Amino acid sequence: MEPLTYTGGLGTVLDPIFQILIVGLALALLSQIVLSFVAPSGRAHINPDGTLAASVGPHGLSIRLSTYLFLGVVAISLVYLVVGALLGPEGAGIVGGVSRRLIPVWIALVALFAVSIMYKRRLGLYGKLFDSTVGMIGFGLVMFWVFVGLMGAADMIVTHDALSQLSGMKNKSPGTPVRGAEDGEYLWYLLGGDNLARDVFSRVVKGAFVVVQIAPFATLFAFMVGITLGLPAGYYGGALDTIISFIANLILAFPVILLFYLLVTPEITAVGVPKYMAIVLFFFPIIFFTVLLNSRYYTQPSVRTPLLIVVIGALFFAYLTLVSSDGAFVSTDDVYIPGLPAALDIFDMSPGILVVFVSVVFVNAPTVFRIVRGLALDIKTRDYVAAAQTRGEGPWYIMLWEILPNARGPLIVDFCLRIGYTTILLGTLGFFGLGLPPESPDWGTTINDGRKLLSIYPHAAIAPALSLLSLVLGLNLLADGLREESLKD
Amino acid sequence: MMLFTAICLTFVVFFMTNLYPNLEKLAKNQGNFRMSDEAVNSWLSDRGYTDNTFVKFGRWLGVAQGWETVKEDGTVLRQCRDSDLPEEERVGYCGVLQGYWGYSLQFKDDVSGLVAARLGNTGKLMGIVMLVMVPMALIVGVLAGMREGSGLDRSLSTFSITTTATPEYVSGVLFIAIFSSSAVGLKWFKGSATTAMDDATFANFTLPVLTIALYGMGYIARMTRASMAEVMTAQYIRTARLKGVSFPNIVMKHALRNALIAPFTVIMLQFPWLLNGVVIVETLFNYKGFGWLLVQAAGNNDIDTLLAVSVVSVFVVLLTQLISDIGYVYLNPRIRIS
Repeated sequence: MEPLTYTGGLGTVLDPIFQILIVGLALALLSQIVLSFVAPSGRAHINPDGTLAASVGPHGLSIRLSTYLFLGVVAISLVYLVVGALLGPEGAGIVGGVSRRLIPVWIALVALFAVSIMYKRRLGLYGKLFDSTVGMIGFGLVMFWVFVGLMGAADMIVTHDALSQLSGMKNKSPGTPVRGAEDGEYLWYLLGGDNLARDVFSRVVKGAFVVVQIAPFATLFAFMVGITLGLPAGYYGGALDTIISFIANLILAFPVILLFYLLVTPEITAVGVPKYMAIVLFFFPIIFFTVLLNSRYYTQPSVRTPLLIVVIGALFFAYLTLVSSDGAFVSTDDVYIPGLPAALDIFDMSPGILVVFVSVVFVNAPTVFRIVRGLALDIKTRDYVAAAQTRGEGPWYIMLWEILPNARGPLIVDFCLRIGYTTILLGTLGFFGLGLPPESPDWGTTINDGRKLLSIYPHAAIAPALSLLSLVLGLNLLADGLREESLKD
Repeated sequence: MMLFTAICLTFVVFFMTNLYPNLEKLAKNQGNFRMSDEAVNSWLSDRGYTDNTFVKFGRWLGVAQGWETVKEDGTVLRQCRDSDLPEEERVGYCGVLQGYWGYSLQFKDDVSGLVAARLGNTGKLMGIVMLVMVPMALIVGVLAGMREGSGLDRSLSTFSITTTATPEYVSGVLFIAIFSSSAVGLKWFKGSATTAMDDATFANFTLPVLTIALYGMGYIARMTRASMAEVMTAQYIRTARLKGVSFPNIVMKHALRNALIAPFTVIMLQFPWLLNGVVIVETLFNYKGFGWLLVQAAGNNDIDTLLAVSVVSVFVVLLTQLISDIGYVYLNPRIRIS
């Protein structure tokens, strides 16, 4: 069987047009930049009815030209994807093959966007996101990877097993047909094979799940820790603030990579250090929610007591199942702390993921703490805080129900940026081979594997590198869009 | 305060590297991998590793007496193995305070010389990175910020967002693949900077410098843009425009100086982040500098080297914080005068 080309039969028609458009777009953008300095702005002239109109001028023309060319490039890219999905790999090469595998993702994305845009006036800040182009692009990129990750985990998109090695496929270039494929097996390695003859496409899809699984939750935990410590530090000030700030600065003064090396090496894991950290860090959400609900409802004991019992019970059970594994919190050579019996332990985090999760939370929490503390310092001088104090509200009510909601704008924006940063950190861990097992399909590890043969077979490292780039870019754009829209309020 | 922070940090590193599994690995690395537990123990206790952590830390600092073990066969092991000194004078205090940074078991060399040499290499890299990154970032930021919302602003902002979204290990991999792999075939630059340590040329130094500079650049450029855009809406700029001052003159003479105060702080605080980039890039391009040393020392639990490396990096971080505070006051007349 012939190896696939990148765009197949579709490309013979579209490729030349696409290339011309790309070159044209680059030239138009360049001329736009040059003309913005050189060309005079369009002269104003007076219309017969007395209104003023500015002529477009060469600079304006270049702006228009580049807008049309850009729309053209976007349109052709869409044609590649849509027609590619219809024709599949036989008709439209690798792009078609990938696009056809991603059909469920396309459907989910289109459905999500259609529903969101239809009801955007009723959806608050989330709906406003769909007023900004940048925000929509960012949200689209992010949701694309979320869907790829989730559906990939459900074995919908992957073409081969991400761990199995097929003979004769080592370092093969993208689009190579699988040697001796049997019925029901996918016929190609769409994005080639890596240095252990595994399918790069399937590994990238599976790797997306590792990120989607860890990054948002790790960021959420970091926010819980940062908020729970940052609010009182900013609100009370004094010795409490000094001590916590000192510890936060201490952690921030470490180079991140040194910290990772200290926390994540197998020897440290053997002592159980990540476990202890997990026991401490995972406790913060319980404190957060308990204080949050208690400060709101303590005047109505009939609501508060059952609510707290349910919430604390659920959270505490989740905490126990997360932290304990094989019936013990910590089980090393020297220390054994018994935990939840294995029979009740419904959810186990694999040790590799736990270590990575904990260290990422640990690195992120001090920065969140500083942001929250700064916001709390600013907001506590406002009139509505003074009003609440005069009403006789408790300090925790003021912190969690007056200050926190008013700090949500910057916090939401930072949350998006921080997920991106967490993704980068996860990649860094993988790049240095720390934490996750060496055969793990996450992007950092795959880049690390691929970089050894980078100058001969770059495809194995480029695919995860571009994926990571697009996800983080999407998160940054999303944060930008959110910031823009929340400032408009 | 700075000193206290530094001591706390080094103690944390010291504690983590002196945990028993780490020491066991060290012993097996140095002795042989099939050592029995007793052999490991005696190897460690002969070299003072099994003592109390605080005592060991004191020894490293130079406030406690160095260890000395006399074996049954009469050979003497001492912490201070400075061969210039006569045998009798080697006992005593030999820690950081005495200028003795320890001995690297991984590289079989004195740590101070080792770190100094590697720092020199990294200094060269960082110097060129700064020369490339700072002017480029400021130009991009000023150009984007002077006409907020224009086409130029949007294209430059997209560019700077993209660079901040590209960590070094992604851009480095892409650069190597595009510019030096045989698959693409450009082969303009070299994918390894090993030769650049002695003889940095355009071919072997461009990619590492570009990789670090790009990631740091986007952030500085965005800060400069924000500060420039804010200055351009100020009253005195409007006054200048109404007076009829030409646009280039407004940007160069009225706006630029005030717009550069905020980015200065950002540039100084960028140093610690650059340190991260340096570690990644030096590993990726196999350039034997400070970051490479950190990875080697951490990977092999080379305690003395790791401590020296962390002391240096912590001081870099704290020093840049100090400089940025002082520089901010110096640059901003409003704070200086009040």
